[in-house]
Amino acid sequence: MTLALTIIAVVTTVFFAAGALLALYRIVTGPSILDRVIASDVLLTTTILVLGAEMVYNHHTRTIPILVVIAATAVFGTIAVARYVSKQDKPEDQPR
Amino acid sequence: MIPTSTMILDDALDLAAAVCLLLGAFLTLAAGIGLLRFPDALSRLHAATKPQILGLLFVVTAVALDSRSWTTLLALIPVLLFQMFTAPISAHMVGRAGYRTRNFKPGTLLVDELEEAVDRASEDEKAEGGLAVKKSVRKKSGK
Repeated sequence: MTLALTIIAVVTTVFFAAGALLALYRIVTGPSILDRVIASDVLLTTTILVLGAEMVYNHHTRTIPILVVIAATAVFGTIAVARYVSKQDKPEDQPR
Repeated sequence: MIPTSTMILDDALDLAAAVCLLLGAFLTLAAGIGLLRFPDALSRLHAATKPQILGLLFVVTAVALDSRSWTTLLALIPVLLFQMFTAPISAHMVGRAGYRTRNFKPGTLLVDELEEAVDRASEDEKAEGGLAVKKSVRKKSGK
């Protein structure tokens, strides 16, 4: 039973790390700023999930307030960047 | 030592929490692969929103199953609520910006209802006539 839990914990950590690294790759190489902001949103979500997973591994609940704060404020950065993109690239500037 | 029913229940809950974590981690990996493989911003937006709600739901369930107290569950509900309120807003804003900047491949859209609406609006503007009107309407609708 303990072995199964350990294996699952290792696999989970590898999955989280791979997802975060792929999001980081997209932040670095993303052709447009929208790709970067989407990828950074994924990275922030991964942070929330990793904090939750760490609570499960170590059997404590101390990081729940951080989860609440991140979940409530993650939207602001995305909205700010998306608004900026809309203002910079007006529809009439683009070939239809 | 004979395992009591409480021990069996503990083991089952631990296993359920671990499986929930595994599913959440898998969704994160899927989002990362989607970000890497999909061609344009709007497709990547689709991949990115998987762990935001369902993945978080799995992890929050895992934390609740691990701690097994009503207080923890009560503290975890706001996390899900905030994420459920804010994730659609950010996805909407990014999708809007992605459409306006034409950040998608034209062939990937089977139906583009917004295009028809934009065309109808510009025809109405032409019927009204005048560049000044057009500009002011554009400004209003474009914010």
